[in-house]
Amino acid sequence: MTDAGVAARRWRAQDVVEGALAAATRLHGCAVLVRETSEAVLRWANSTMTTNGHTTSGRVTVVAFVAVEGGVAAGVASSSAAVTAAGQLAELVAAAEAAARDAGPAEDAAPLPESAGDDRGWDEAGAETSIGVFGPLATGLSEVLAGPQRQSGFASHELTTTWLGTSTGLRRRWVQPTGSIELNAKTPDLAGSAWTGASTADFTDVDVVALAAEAARRLEWGRRKVALPPGRYETVLPPSAVADLMVYLAWSMEGRPAQEGRSALAGPDGPRTGERLTDLPLTLASDPAAPGLEYEPFLTASRSGEGISVFDNGAPTRRVEWIKQGVIGELAYSRAEAAEFGTAFTPGGDNLLLTGGSSATTADLVAGTGRGLLLTCLWYIRPVDPATLLLTGLTRDGVYLVEGGEVVGEVDHNFRFNHSPLDVLRRTPEVGATERTLPREWKDWFTRTAMPPVRVPDLNMSSVSLGR
Amino acid sequence: MAPVDDPADRIDPQFRALPLTALADAALGRARELGASHADLRVERIVSQSIDLRDGRVTGIGDSTTVGLAVRVVVDGVWGFASHVELTPRRAAATAERAVEVARTLAPVAVERVERADEPLHAGAVWVSDYGVDPLLVPTREKVELLVERSQRLLAGDGVDHVHAGVEQVRECKFYADLSGTTTVQQRVRISPTITATAVDRAAGGFESMASLAPPAGRGWEYVTGEGWDWDGELREIPELLAEKTKAPTVTAGPTDLVIDPTNLWLTIHESVGHATEYDRAIGYEAAYAGTSFATPDKLGTLRYGSEHMHVTGDRTVPHGLSTIGYDDDGVATTEWDLVRDGVLVGYQLDRTFAPRLGLERSNGCAFADSPHHVPLQRMANVSLRPDPARDTTTEELIAGVERGIYVVGDKSWSIDMQRYNFQFTGQRFFRIEDGRLAGQLRDVAYQATTTDFWGAMDAVGGSSTWRLGGAMNCGKAQPGQAAPVSHGCPAARFRGISVLNTQEEGQ
Repeated sequence: MTDAGVAARRWRAQDVVEGALAAATRLHGCAVLVRETSEAVLRWANSTMTTNGHTTSGRVTVVAFVAVEGGVAAGVASSSAAVTAAGQLAELVAAAEAAARDAGPAEDAAPLPESAGDDRGWDEAGAETSIGVFGPLATGLSEVLAGPQRQSGFASHELTTTWLGTSTGLRRRWVQPTGSIELNAKTPDLAGSAWTGASTADFTDVDVVALAAEAARRLEWGRRKVALPPGRYETVLPPSAVADLMVYLAWSMEGRPAQEGRSALAGPDGPRTGERLTDLPLTLASDPAAPGLEYEPFLTASRSGEGISVFDNGAPTRRVEWIKQGVIGELAYSRAEAAEFGTAFTPGGDNLLLTGGSSATTADLVAGTGRGLLLTCLWYIRPVDPATLLLTGLTRDGVYLVEGGEVVGEVDHNFRFNHSPLDVLRRTPEVGATERTLPREWKDWFTRTAMPPVRVPDLNMSSVSLGR
Repeated sequence: MAPVDDPADRIDPQFRALPLTALADAALGRARELGASHADLRVERIVSQSIDLRDGRVTGIGDSTTVGLAVRVVVDGVWGFASHVELTPRRAAATAERAVEVARTLAPVAVERVERADEPLHAGAVWVSDYGVDPLLVPTREKVELLVERSQRLLAGDGVDHVHAGVEQVRECKFYADLSGTTTVQQRVRISPTITATAVDRAAGGFESMASLAPPAGRGWEYVTGEGWDWDGELREIPELLAEKTKAPTVTAGPTDLVIDPTNLWLTIHESVGHATEYDRAIGYEAAYAGTSFATPDKLGTLRYGSEHMHVTGDRTVPHGLSTIGYDDDGVATTEWDLVRDGVLVGYQLDRTFAPRLGLERSNGCAFADSPHHVPLQRMANVSLRPDPARDTTTEELIAGVERGIYVVGDKSWSIDMQRYNFQFTGQRFFRIEDGRLAGQLRDVAYQATTTDFWGAMDAVGGSSTWRLGGAMNCGKAQPGQAAPVSHGCPAARFRGISVLNTQEEGQ
C-alpha cells in the first residue's frame, strides 16, 4: 500500500478468497466475501447533464469463527483497499479474529453450510458495465432534454460480482445486475411535476421516450387543477406506490421480534402467522428464481441481526411466501433462530412480488372508479407506530382526481398519508395485474419488485402538503 | 479548532505513512499536463467499528476500512471525476487521466461552464477535531463490557423486557491538495452510542420502547464513559419513564401549544431549515431525488421563515459538531454565517461552484464527499438555532407560559415533503403541561405542520443554558447516494397552536 512508485499487482478475487482462508486455517472456521462493483451513472437536472461517471469499487469481508469458552464466536472485518500482498489478508483475518474473541460466544452459532458442489463460474472475472450500457438511451434522452419541460433524472447500471468462500469448501460466485431509470418532468413554471421510472437488468427493455411521454401525459392532466381537503379517499395506488408499502412490510417480517412480542406481526400467543389478512388470494413472496428479477441463490451476510446470521453464509436462498393466499405466511429466521423457535430457516430475499390479483391494469382500476384519487408514487415513508405498522409519507409528483372512471384533473397539492400496509391488504377490494416496477422511495436499496395496482377504499390523507 | 499542542501527532500513523505528497505530485502534475485549469486530489482512510448487542449479548462486531484516492478536474469549464483504491503515484496519475477523459467526454453535452469562487491558499494546514480518546484505539473488549453492563442494568429495571444497545465509531482521515497550492491533512472522530429499552404487554398485544436521548457527537470514547452525557442518570430514569409511558393516557388531537426540547427540535431544524437552505436543492439540482426547496433564491432577504425569535446559523466550526472540520472538500476554510435572521431568509449553504451563482465572492465551505469514491457535493453544515440573546430563559419558564400543552422530548420518527413544507414528527417522551407544569406522560403523539407556519408560531426560545447539540450520522443526499454526519444546536423553544395527531386514531 505504501510503495512509492510501481503499482503492485492487484490480486484476483478468487486469490483473495483463498489467501484469506489460508490465513485463517488456525480458526474454527472462516467465510470470505469479495464483492466487486462496476457502476455507470447518468444524472441530469434543469435539462442538462450534471454528474456522470463510471466507478469500480470492491470490498473484502472476512468473517472469523473462533472457538471460545461457552461456544463459537464470530467477528467481522472488511476493507475496500486493493489487495496486493498476503500481509493485508493476514491483518484482516487477525482483526476479524480479535473481534470474535471480544464478542464472546454467539447466540446465532451454527455449523457453516457445506459445499454443495463446484460453482462452475467460480474462476471467472468480475463483470463490468460501462457508460456504453446507456447507448440505447442516448438519442431518446437527447430528445427529451431538448423538450419544453424541465427535466431531471438518473440512470444507474450496476454489476456486482460476489465471490464467497468458506472453510467448509464452499465456493460460490454470482453476478447481480441492478439497474434503474427515473425521469422527473416539470412544467416551465414549476407548477406541475410528474415522475416515471423503471427497473431493469440491462437497459435493453427501457424506452426513455415512452417514459417521458407518460410523464408528459400526466403534466397534461395537470392543466386543470382542483383543490381537495385532507380526508379519507378511495385511492388507486399504482404498482410503484404498492411496492414501497410492501417493501416496508417485508422488512418488518423478522421472526424474532414477532416471537418476542415487539412487532406488528406479534399476537398475544406468538407470531400472527396463519392470520388471514384478506379474502383475496394475494401472495407476497421473495423468489431468487423469479424471471428477470433473479438474486443470489446463496445467502451472504456481513453482519448478524434479526433474521440473518453470518453463520449462514453460503446457505441456499429459496422462495419465501411472506403472505400466502391472503394469510400471513413465513417470517424471516436465521438457522439458529429457526432452531431456537422450532421453525424453518427462512432467509430474507432481494426481490418482492405481490401476485394473485386480476388482469386489470392501473387504467382499468381508474376506469372502475366513481370518484377517487390516482397517485403517482410515494415519498419519505417512515414508521409512526411500529405496533400497528402505521406508516407516514407523502404523495409525490402528481395526485389526480378521478370522476366517472376518468382522470378529470390534478389535485393542486400533495397529501401526507398515515396508513399501515397491513391495512392496505386488509381493506383492498380490488387488486390488478402484477408488473415489474420501481419503488420510488426505496430504490436505493431495493429495485427488484413486481407489483399490481391496488384500490384502497379509504386511504388516510392526513394533511395537505404544499410541496410540488 | 482542536486545542492540541501539535495536531499532527494525533493523526493516524497509517494515514501519515501514505505517500501523500507523491500522490499529489503525480495526480496534479498529470492533470496540469493534460490541460486542467483546476485539479484536486483527495486521499482518504476511513476506519469504523460497530458493536451491537441484544439483551446484553453481542450480536455483531464489525470493523471496516475504506481507502482510496479521488481526482477531480475542470477542463474547459467541465468537471471530470475519477477514483481508485490503489494508492500509488502511477495509479494517481492514471486516475487523473481518467478524470480528464470524463470531462472531455462530457463537454459536448454540458450546458453549464464551471466557475469557482476564489479562496486564499492554505498550504500545509493540519486540523484535528476536538476529542479526548480515539474510540478505535480503545480495546474492543472494554467497549463490549461497558455495553453489556449497561444493558444488564436496564434489563434489571421493572417492566423492561428487552434492551438493544450499540456504538458506532468512525475515524476519518482526509488529505486534500489542489493545483493552487492548498494542501490540508485532517482527522476527525465521531461516535454514536445507542441504547433502547422495550416493554412488552403480551396480554394487550402491544409494546412500547424508550431510547436514550444521547445524540451522536464529534467526540471520542470519553463521551460513552460520561463526558458530555450523564449515562448513569439516564439509565436510572428509563425504566420508570418507560413504565409510565406504557400506562399513559392517549393524547387528544388538535391544535396544541408545544415546548420542544433540543433533543427533539434538532431534527425539525435539520429537515425544515437545514435541507431547505441547501442552495443546490433550491435551484433544482436534486429535483428528481431529494427534492427542491420552497426557499428559492428569489425570496432571499424577503421570505418570512418564522417569528422574530428565529435566528439560524450555518457553521462547520462548533466543537463536537458532526459536520465540523477545518477545511472543506474544496479546500475552503470553514466558517459560520447566518441563514435566517430575525425570522427572514438571509443565506444559503454553498460550495465554491455555487457561491458565484448566488453572486458571492467566497464559498462558506460546505463541500463534502462521504468517501474517496464519491464526488464532493454541497452538504449540510451544522445548522443551528440561536438561544435567546437577551435572557437565559429556562425550559421550566417556557413550560410555565403554557396553560395546556405538551413538552416534547427526544426524536423518533420523521418525515417531510420534497419541498420541505409539510412535516410530521414523533418523539421519545411527551409530557402533558397543565397550568404551566408537567403533569405526567402522554402517548400516541405526533405533531404536524407547514414549515413557515411552525416557525412563525415560535413565540419564545430558551436561553443559552438550554442549548444543546443533536445530530445524525447518516444524512442522505444525491444519486448515487452519499451519507453525511451533521449536528444541529438549539435551545428549548415554545410553539403555539401546533397540530397534534393521535397516532392510534390516524391508523384506524
